Amino acid sequence: MPAAIECLDLRKTYDGKVEAVRGLNLRIEGGECFGLLGPNGAGKTTTIEILEGLLDPTSGEVTILGHTWRKNQREVREWLGVSLQETRLSEKLTVRETIDLFASFYREPRSADHVLDDLQLGEKADAFVGKLSGGQRQRLAVATALVGNPRILFLDEPTTGLDPQSRRQLWDIIRSFQRNGGTVLLTTHYMDEAERLCDRLAIVDHGEIIAEGTPSELIERLGGHHVVEFEASGNSGDGSALNAWRALPGVESVRHDNGLVSLTVREPHLTIPPLLDAVAKHGSQLLHLTTRQASLEDVFVNLTGRHLREQ
Amino acid sequence: MSLAQETPATPARPPARRNGRWSAFTHLVVVRMKELKREPEVVFWVFGFPLLLALGLGIAFRNKPADVTFVAIVQGSGTQDALSLIERSPQKSSIHAELLDKPAALKGFRLGKYDLVVESDGKGGFQYLYDPARPESVLSRAEVDDALQVAAGRKNPLPTSSVISNEPGSRYIDFLIPGLIGMNLMNSGMWSIGFALVDMRQRKLLKRFVATPMRRSDFLLALAGGRLVLMIAEVGLLLGFGALVFHIRVVGSLLSILILSAIGAVGFAGLGLLTASRAQKIESVSGLINLIMMPMWIFSGVFFSYERFPSVIQPFIKALPLTALNDALRATILEGAPLATQAGRLLILVLWGGISFLLALRWFRWT
Ligand SMILES: Nc1ncnc2c1ncn2[C@@H]1O[C@H](COP(=O)(O)OP(=O)(O)OP(=O)(O)O)[C@@H](O)[C@H]1O
Ligand SMILES: [Mg+2]
Repeated sequence: MPAAIECLDLRKTYDGKVEAVRGLNLRIEGGECFGLLGPNGAGKTTTIEILEGLLDPTSGEVTILGHTWRKNQREVREWLGVSLQETRLSEKLTVRETIDLFASFYREPRSADHVLDDLQLGEKADAFVGKLSGGQRQRLAVATALVGNPRILFLDEPTTGLDPQSRRQLWDIIRSFQRNGGTVLLTTHYMDEAERLCDRLAIVDHGEIIAEGTPSELIERLGGHHVVEFEASGNSGDGSALNAWRALPGVESVRHDNGLVSLTVREPHLTIPPLLDAVAKHGSQLLHLTTRQASLEDVFVNLTGRHLREQ
Repeated sequence: MSLAQETPATPARPPARRNGRWSAFTHLVVVRMKELKREPEVVFWVFGFPLLLALGLGIAFRNKPADVTFVAIVQGSGTQDALSLIERSPQKSSIHAELLDKPAALKGFRLGKYDLVVESDGKGGFQYLYDPARPESVLSRAEVDDALQVAAGRKNPLPTSSVISNEPGSRYIDFLIPGLIGMNLMNSGMWSIGFALVDMRQRKLLKRFVATPMRRSDFLLALAGGRLVLMIAEVGLLLGFGALVFHIRVVGSLLSILILSAIGAVGFAGLGLLTASRAQKIESVSGLINLIMMPMWIFSGVFFSYERFPSVIQPFIKALPLTALNDALRATILEGAPLATQAGRLLILVLWGGISFLLALRWFRWT
């Protein structure tokens, strides 16, 4: 059985100079929820729009359910639901009229009422799009993608700018689409979103995949599952001090950021007592100490030395 | 979440309905009409403005009842005779004469209150002061002179008589209404297509549409379809208004007028499509549209006949699409010319529309 989405050595160079995508390989199976995670300008939108057949790659191959975009374009579109990063739907149409319009493009669409219900837009069915809140607009955008009864859903930053509750609502919608057998490809720069929603994900930076796998695999690859962060008086962050932290039992990696030292560790209870001793021996005082589960953010920082949300 | 992988990768929900071949097209047309209807400015510019223009110009240039000419007679020796001669003349009802001192008469003449100043020439005759650049002044001189001569006893060697003609068909408003219809078809064709497309491109809505199975040709056809529906309303309104308010007599068949207008509407829609084929910003397409329409407002005989322009540029004027449309509309509406006689003009329209459309298809950017 062909993969739902597959691409080989995808490249895109804008205007002959901006290398937005630099040799991307992806294989996304049917029924999977796959996430592209990366900072601003990483090339997520460029990649997803090439996969959606909206942008021509400079080179590389794309197949959707075994079909290329060059042949069968209309047929393939019947199977896809798309929500772009920024589309402003017509403000002078009502929510229902907008969904009906998109439904009319597909051979066998779903009923507008069901989609309205699923996205909790029933109350707003007769409101003008211009009068919707940001979260309601995002949901409407997803509704227009779902009304065609797609097999694959492409969502480019579906939850950016939403409050936590609206984000959770959208996650539920995406999960239920997946439960019904749908395949999802989404982009995000929210760690928690990728961690909770995606079966597998690829971390993209500067147009390249720098890590790929299930969220837990990626965290596993970090070495430790836990992060111990502490701040101490004195020069706890200089070279010799960092070497001392690295030598502690169970420490996989050390990072220093603005006076805050983070250690990735396998087992906090084995690392913390010697850490306290070492701090004391160093002649400094512990200002604070926390431990937490390692997250994708840590993976990203470890791989790139940068935080995902900073620019 | 691995639950999902166990279920088959086909949608579990049954489709609600099957859409027919033309469902996208009809929805696109309906949605377009709804959007237009919900924009009050658009309704005003497409329907209200041309009617106001017709009303305003129709009233300003209406044929007035036999004009009265205003004459100032300068007080002095012999001018009392002039006044009594005019009173006795057959034209007395159309000449309003007043006796004034010279400065007051000259001031009134300068301000346009009087069309003519009459004074004694000191040799028993009269002297006229008139302005050859003012048609009413020229007329006034002829009329007053005639009145004075006849009243003084001149016998006309040739008996003549006049009949007043104020028939619909030859008035300014009759000339104007077909011109306004043509101009309106151009304006709304260019604006509604050009503006709407660039707006949709800017909002990434075109890109969103292209991401669905919607046929691109359906989208373009729907634009043309929308124009045709609107065209019927625009033409009907202006013609009906002209007939009701100004008693314009529509000589040609309604069917011919509609066919002609349809070709005009779609032709200008093609031109609008071409102007909008690449522009990414509303500002740039607005400039382009104005640039294209400007020569036609001036040269294509909307408000006045283009015959007044030098004959060297006549062929250029006649090749403009709006000139062809206006001429054909006037011939059909006012003279009842059959469509076949307008073939040349129709060809010009079709060529403009068709070539623009083909170029637009080549250059058009959906994203
Ligand atoms: N049309 C374009 N022309 C030229 N350069 C472009 C174009 N679109 C994107 N780029 C560049 O390509 C790179 C990748 O952009 P892209 O939009 O794919 O990033 P992204 O990962 O989606 O970022 P974000 O999280 O901000 O949406 C950026 O450096 C961007 O400036
Ligand atoms: Mg993006």
